[in-house]
Amino acid sequence: MTRDDEQARRSAEIVTRRSYGKLIAFLAARTGDVAGAEDALSDAFATALADWPRSGIPVNPEAWLMAVARRKLIDSARRARTGLQAVDQLRLVAAELEEMAAANKTIPDDRLALMFACAHPAIDAAVRAPLILQTILGFDAAAIAASFLISPAAMSQRLVRAKTKIRDAGVPFRVPDGGELRERLDAVLDAIYAAFSEGWSDPAGTETRRRDLAEEGIWLGRLLVSLLPNEPEAIGLLALMLYAEARRGARRDAQGAYVPLADQDPTRWDAQLLHEAEALLQRASVRGPTGRYQLEAAVQSAHVIRRLTGRSDWHAIERIYDTLLAMTGSPVVAINRAIAMAETRGARAGLAELDRWSGDARLADYQPYWAARAGLLARAGDIEAARHAFDIAIGLESDPAVRGFLQQRRAELAS
Amino acid sequence: MKYMLLLYGNEAQMQGRPKAAADQALAAYGAYTEAMKKAGILLDGNRLKPTNSASTVRVANGNTKVLDGPYAETKEQLGGYYMIDVPDLDAALSWAARCPAASHGTVEVRPIWVM
Repeated sequence: MTRDDEQARRSAEIVTRRSYGKLIAFLAARTGDVAGAEDALSDAFATALADWPRSGIPVNPEAWLMAVARRKLIDSARRARTGLQAVDQLRLVAAELEEMAAANKTIPDDRLALMFACAHPAIDAAVRAPLILQTILGFDAAAIAASFLISPAAMSQRLVRAKTKIRDAGVPFRVPDGGELRERLDAVLDAIYAAFSEGWSDPAGTETRRRDLAEEGIWLGRLLVSLLPNEPEAIGLLALMLYAEARRGARRDAQGAYVPLADQDPTRWDAQLLHEAEALLQRASVRGPTGRYQLEAAVQSAHVIRRLTGRSDWHAIERIYDTLLAMTGSPVVAINRAIAMAETRGARAGLAELDRWSGDARLADYQPYWAARAGLLARAGDIEAARHAFDIAIGLESDPAVRGFLQQRRAELAS
Repeated sequence: MKYMLLLYGNEAQMQGRPKAAADQALAAYGAYTEAMKKAGILLDGNRLKPTNSASTVRVANGNTKVLDGPYAETKEQLGGYYMIDVPDLDAALSWAARCPAASHGTVEVRPIWVM
């Protein structure tokens, strides 16, 4: 495949995915049946992916997909394997599509309603992110399974189960309002962030699927902000993802070795993305309640200020982690707070803070805890204990680049 | 959509309550049932007699086997049900949350399989 072919394939895929989610949402919101909507669109989607790279993307991709989908819906209604009520629904939806095509109208965007259905509290929390990736972006179970490190069969089973639950239990396709929106929105944000994080954890970007997942996470974040422009946490999440994305390349040196945040070269950060993230964070902060994602984005902001001042604003970082810890009680936040305290008050203070959490069973096999501990012990001059902590951190790490970095640090300890 | 709300609670605990508490619970159920009727969503609902009145039936190889006692020994027992007709799961869940059983036991929400 030549570069141009590859380019054509990629842009056809992007356009198809964008239209696909809209069509699935449109159909599913009207029938309550996600699997049925996917079935009706699968041919159209497959044909588009095969044809468009060769023949070019149609002027109106949605209308093209809609026309194929409409035929398929009428077919399904005719075959009538499904219940009678479902047949009526399919006819109604087909008629609605017909009308819109005749009037040259674009289909309404129900993707937000679909996302809220996928992240409904009645749906298993572990399957919400995969479900959103599949229904909004059209990823198949195998691609999603690879990203979430579980077997395709198990992923496929979970997705099928969730879709059946949505249909049979009558999970609504609507954007909740008032206080309920905030509550439910968290689940949607968590799902999008989970998708992004899965992709971001492949820093070298060697696994294309994973790298794509980070991009798709950002795309979903942008979509969410465009649909809910006044929700500060949605804006905060997008800012957080952009900060992280801006530093993607700087996490490895030319030889592929791991570079921790503190040693990264700020000129290798993507200035444009950082600029956008800063503007978003600003926009979120004037719009009301400050939540987890805004705070985490604010930590990033205090780190990247190093571009201008030469040093992260550790005092600000410590304060933000204070707030986050009070809000979440999370030991992961506590570790980050201890690292910040080591910067503002010395390694011993940071260690004392870590010690307060050493009994937490969740940290026994949590690599960042041991890596933080090892680093602070080394700085405090407790070489024996540092060596031991490095050993555990190295043993818990799965990324060879990070493992190599930790081994290097351990070897550098004065004997 | 039609949903069944299945009300589970600790029977022994409920039977051991002082009269005032039992009366209060009864009044709470009365008010809840009334609210459902007012909203026009209630199809049916009943309290069940305790599990020591339960019998289970199974037919194996043509032989009917009747056993004394409930289907399964559990910490909380099925003690009643409501059948409601509401637009979607969210509506069913919010009615379930208002049910007194949700505060002292568990309410299972099951959609009715329309044949």
